[in-house]
Amino acid sequence: MDGSSPLQGRIITDQQAENITRVEELAYELKVNEVMTKSIITFSPDTTMEEALEVFRAYRISGAPVLKDGKLAGIVSIEDLIHCLQKNDLKSRVRHYMTTQPLTVRGSDPIIEALKHFVSYHYGRLPVVDLDNTLVGIITKGDITNGILKALQHDYQEEEVRRYRASHLFEDIESDRSSLILRYTIKQGDFLHGGAASSAIKRALLRLGATPQIARRTGIAVYEAEMNLIIHTTNGGVIRSEIEPHQITINVYDDGPGIADIGLAMKPGYSTANEAVRELGFGAGMGLVNIQRCVDSMRLESVMGKGTSLKLKILLPKKETVGEGNSNPEEK
Amino acid sequence: MNLQEIVDSLHLMPLTAPQEFAGITPSCGYASDLLSCVMAGAAHQSVWVTLQAHINIVAVATLLDLSAIIITEGAQPDTATIAKANEEGINLFSTSEPTFSVVGKLWQLGLHCQQPQIK
Repeated sequence: MDGSSPLQGRIITDQQAENITRVEELAYELKVNEVMTKSIITFSPDTTMEEALEVFRAYRISGAPVLKDGKLAGIVSIEDLIHCLQKNDLKSRVRHYMTTQPLTVRGSDPIIEALKHFVSYHYGRLPVVDLDNTLVGIITKGDITNGILKALQHDYQEEEVRRYRASHLFEDIESDRSSLILRYTIKQGDFLHGGAASSAIKRALLRLGATPQIARRTGIAVYEAEMNLIIHTTNGGVIRSEIEPHQITINVYDDGPGIADIGLAMKPGYSTANEAVRELGFGAGMGLVNIQRCVDSMRLESVMGKGTSLKLKILLPKKETVGEGNSNPEEK
Repeated sequence: MNLQEIVDSLHLMPLTAPQEFAGITPSCGYASDLLSCVMAGAAHQSVWVTLQAHINIVAVATLLDLSAIIITEGAQPDTATIAKANEEGINLFSTSEPTFSVVGKLWQLGLHCQQPQIK
């Protein structure tokens, strides 16, 4: 396994290791000086080991840098102290026991550099220095964990802010009828992006303040329509969803080949999907049935050789309108 | 029962970035390889047991807010599928056991079900 991974210990294959998670991204984005501890306890080379022991005990730390004329001269840790205790030499000076020329990181380095050192050398802390070796801080694994957690929390808050803004979208815009239109062009055969449009609409609805149930219902209906465009059309098609405070209208249309028998197409279990598509788990003959189940009204029209048009409507009860400041926190 | 207990009892191999599995309590389970059936039948926060390992399973799990997907018989999703699952925060697990055994064990662990009400 690559020793530089901050997620060491995970069961992953080489192939999966190529995938970068948000935490791994943060290991490259966050700088050492953003997470390090700046107020630090330091010793001078002439501090006695006994004094060092008292400081370690009083501040519950297990190591500290040693400074000479403001520059980093070494680092002394609990291990050095144990070494000293074994020799019964507590009156001795720190300079006799400290590690000189300790491994350091720069404040401007990404935290991944510190992680690499932690993984390779099993140190508990690393001094952080600037270009002329002046000590600016100290970094521990705990600092990194806290830094990443804070950054993740920040990401989360940004999403909250986005949600808050979107959930009031319609409040400050005056018109006789305001709506938000989202359009997605779906390519025939594009299984790789299958579900992208429906996921995007679902996310938009949640940000607008829709309840999770409404967002899920809309997502399922749009997903089935989206997959129908991918599986069954000649040239793909378009999904147009119009979001108003009290209703969501979805129009899905394509230019062929058209549905021969709509009654039959609506029958649960009936499918015209080919074998290759069925192997992927599509073609259960449940798509249109699922759509009908999820929406308040559905109109399906098709002309062979011309194309198909599907019109869906989901109504939002008064207490569940979107974009008008209803906040619908996610269910537990 | 939480997802961590399921992962431990069934010796599932996580394929995606680990989350706090102990904090996830699946509501129910569902087993099918037909995506539309899953769309119709899986309650949200369910565990979905399937042989399918291609990228569209992630879209289905995202839209339904599923707790986890257990991919059976050692079927291996490709990197794009795992990347997408990480992006969407969907937990993917792999097991060499067939769907039938996995479902049997989940039931034995006490993961019993109610049919979802969509509206």
